[in-house]
Amino acid sequence: MWDKLFPPKKITLDSGSVVYEKRSKSPVILMIVAVAMYYSGVVTGFDWNQLMSGIHEFFTIIFEMLQPNWGYMSRAWPELMSTLQMSLFGSVLGAVIALPLAVLASSNITKKRIIVSSVKTGLSLVRTMPTLVTALIATYIFQLPQTAGTIAIILFTTSYVGKLVYEAIENVDMGSFEAMEAMGMDKRSAFRTAIFPQILPNYLSISLYSFEGNVRYAAILGYVGAGGVGRLINETIGWRDYQSLGMIVFMLVITVYLIESTSEYFRKKLA
Amino acid sequence: MSTLTAVEKQLHSEPDHRRYTIVLMAILSGLMIWSVSDLSVALDERGMIIARNILTGLVNPDLAFLFSLTNQGVFYLLMETIAIAFLGTILGAFLAVPLAFLSASNIVPKPISGLTRMLLIVIRTIPSLVYGLMLIRVTGPGPFAGVLTIGITSIGMLAKLYVDAIEDLDIKVLESMTSMGCTVFEKIRFGILPQLFSLFLSVMIYRFDMNMREASILGLVGAGGIGAPLIFAMQGYRWSQVGSILIGLVVLILIIETVSNKLRTKLVNG
Repeated sequence: MWDKLFPPKKITLDSGSVVYEKRSKSPVILMIVAVAMYYSGVVTGFDWNQLMSGIHEFFTIIFEMLQPNWGYMSRAWPELMSTLQMSLFGSVLGAVIALPLAVLASSNITKKRIIVSSVKTGLSLVRTMPTLVTALIATYIFQLPQTAGTIAIILFTTSYVGKLVYEAIENVDMGSFEAMEAMGMDKRSAFRTAIFPQILPNYLSISLYSFEGNVRYAAILGYVGAGGVGRLINETIGWRDYQSLGMIVFMLVITVYLIESTSEYFRKKLA
Repeated sequence: MSTLTAVEKQLHSEPDHRRYTIVLMAILSGLMIWSVSDLSVALDERGMIIARNILTGLVNPDLAFLFSLTNQGVFYLLMETIAIAFLGTILGAFLAVPLAFLSASNIVPKPISGLTRMLLIVIRTIPSLVYGLMLIRVTGPGPFAGVLTIGITSIGMLAKLYVDAIEDLDIKVLESMTSMGCTVFEKIRFGILPQLFSLFLSVMIYRFDMNMREASILGLVGAGGIGAPLIFAMQGYRWSQVGSILIGLVVLILIIETVSNKLRTKLVNG
């Protein structure tokens, strides 16, 4: 199709043989991107002048955040801890639930097509739901904000870890599994001894990675009333108390940094 | 017999991790007990009724709302969300380039790259909703604030992944070009860009995929996209509208994810 519309460039070499150089698609792609950018700009009301005239406001806020209100630390501390509790419990439970689901979703272990495809679809449906939306729905169902937040994190972790783990299982070396089965082991013990050790480091590393992400997500869940430090973020911005906001962000950065470094240390060890 | 002893030898030579595992397990269970202390799964009548209503709404979506093509319908709202994510990704992709070069340890001196990396961590940690709420002060509520928010939130990850590509640059190509007498411009155009472009593009497509999710929640703070109608419908207990919005959103995100995965495999494999 492409080659018919834009015939390849013909180059005759010194030796007399003819080679064809395919036309580059970049100009067309660039044009499509430019048009898409233009229309996106129209739809979203992109306006340079407004940006230029208002951007100082943004930096004023940043500047105020850079002088954090240290006294706010005692207020934010319990909420930060509750954020950590939510993400820790949610990640661990989510990762535990994810494992059996991942096994059910691996086409090389589970032979029933219908189970494999339905679990896979279920996982990807849950995964596409933004965590904040799940949390919002959960706040309507559960009374306690922390529970709603934890449920949202469990759901997200299960779907995310589940997907990555079934991909890992599907790429595993099946030789030892088949050998175990040939020796007369039943499927469960063959899985436990032949496949589980192969995916275990991967599984732990995926779970740790998802825990890192969950701390960030949990930080905003409070915004929709699902517990954690997000509630304070909402409050401080509402009152334009940017110095306290700066304190919250500072504490978050430190926490996330510590957790990421710890988890990265363990993930490097696992690899 | 000799093979068996070899196997046994191997078995005994395996390092003993038991104490390490036990300590880790103890720490982890301690943390779990601590984190479960505040939870309760109290479900009262009201919660059950709402859960049932939500499920009913999800299976009986408001079809007129889902398929309407006016600018109140799900279709238009989804287009707006795509537009926010798209423009935001491009904005972020440009903003991230200088930061990425400034934090690549093979291009700038160590202290500068370290500082820029710290800055990137801070940018990445601030939740997108915070940027959203801050930028609404700049542009007023609406999708424009969403574009800027997506742009800024994307910087952190984009720059981090760009840096990996930059640090893997094949310097030998540049050396041979220098020895051939190429100018600086030619070196950048034919030596560096071809190496980086497809990787950068692949990172951008990946981030666009993620930004779709971000853009769909930014409406919660009033920064445009499908999030605002979603939260209004929920606050008004109009679950069938919630259902149609969620169905539209999930289908769209799944489509974009599939396309982006296809594109990226194609880009990476040439």
